[in-house]
Amino acid sequence: MMLTALARMLIFPGLLFAVPAAWFFLWVERKAVARMQERVGPPFMQPFWDFTKLLGKSTPPRPGIAGFIMRAWPLIAVGSAAGAVGLLPVLPLSGGFEGDLILLLALLELPSICIIAAGFSSRSIFGEIGSAREAALSVSYNIVFLLAIVSIAASQHTFRLEALASMHPSFLTVLGIIAILICLPAKLHINPFSLPNAEQEIYAGPMTEYAGPELAMWELAHGLEWVAATGLVATLVAPHFVLAWGTTLLAGCLFVVLSVAVVLLLSVLAAATARLAIDSSVRFYWQCTLIFAVLAISSALFVRFWL
Amino acid sequence: MKLWKRLMCTARRKSPWLFHMNSGSCNGCDIEIIAALSPRYDAEQLGVLLQGSPRHADILMVTGPVTNKAINAVKTVYDQVCGPKAVVAIGSCPATTNVFIDSRTLAGPLDKHVPVDVFVPGCPPRPDAIIAGVVKAAVLLAERGSDPPKPAIVIAETAAEVQP
Repeated sequence: MMLTALARMLIFPGLLFAVPAAWFFLWVERKAVARMQERVGPPFMQPFWDFTKLLGKSTPPRPGIAGFIMRAWPLIAVGSAAGAVGLLPVLPLSGGFEGDLILLLALLELPSICIIAAGFSSRSIFGEIGSAREAALSVSYNIVFLLAIVSIAASQHTFRLEALASMHPSFLTVLGIIAILICLPAKLHINPFSLPNAEQEIYAGPMTEYAGPELAMWELAHGLEWVAATGLVATLVAPHFVLAWGTTLLAGCLFVVLSVAVVLLLSVLAAATARLAIDSSVRFYWQCTLIFAVLAISSALFVRFWL
Repeated sequence: MKLWKRLMCTARRKSPWLFHMNSGSCNGCDIEIIAALSPRYDAEQLGVLLQGSPRHADILMVTGPVTNKAINAVKTVYDQVCGPKAVVAIGSCPATTNVFIDSRTLAGPLDKHVPVDVFVPGCPPRPDAIIAGVVKAAVLLAERGSDPPKPAIVIAETAAEVQP
């Protein structure tokens, strides 16, 4: 049992799988956007070369406790994103450590809190603007995101990930998955909700002061967030096929294929849209999307208690 | 250790991130830089990315004849770029101050103040010459790492063909 849990955390879908997958997903995103713009796009190994090059660069001196804290944020972000990937219930009935949905949500949320804190602790004016935007955006999309997840969990009467992975699809879960998909562009900072790190407009947002290996860690954390977020959707969409076919290898392959499909969907959206201003983004989540999330959770509770 | 060095050399060659700095340019070269990054020339297939923050960049691209107002900003931004770094002077202005030569409002040319690795002359240079200059700077960067810069290279104005 202990060994399976370790293998899940370290090999599949944990670190050994997640880091190359993170680079692969970053490449798929950049390549898809490039193809949409009729460009050739970056070569296959590009995210790996970027990461390696950043590891070899120097960083400006960061004295004292503030510098230490600033260096710690990207590491915490990488750790929590990798933990979230490791918790995903990809393989059916694998046993071992069963995290629940609440832990997974907390780990998924931690990188964006790290980004907010990093922008403020860098004490750059552009970092602070980026962090303020990230905070405002995160308050808006998280309400919808959490309501969607809770409605899926309530309709299945459980917070256990294994049970959620093997649930039978219903109208409610479809509604919840659509709500999660709507939140993902904001969670991953891609167009039309790329305003926290708005390139050029506010330099690089919360990352403005980060350089070298610290920036490499942020890139990795961002890639791992891609794997975790798309993987969450993939595990919620996949279950009934996996149960029907059963084998471990198929479940793993299906997980990867579904995740790449979600990445492609989001990249096409990113290439097709322009950046929204902060008030439009916040209004989009509070006015347009919140209604559906409230509908989803109220019908889930209705089904739970009266039917 | 040797393997790591070779890996790092390849990575530096394949992933040049740019920071674009205008030191009083007429905007002609800046437009050509944008053209080099746009779909028609697509510098991203060589790993080139335009970065928003000088902290993220490897290559500093300077346009313009370096005015008295801009010289301190140029020096500050040069120091903000983390090493190993290279400087590419885009256009004739940072190389020679061009038609503004002997003007009392200029502190240029650029190489009086920061070490320049590659000059891309032209008024403005063609986008493919700019890409050739950036690729040359990336190769230089990969070869010398953090060592001090060597004498600058000049990209011929007819550099029409770009080799990846």
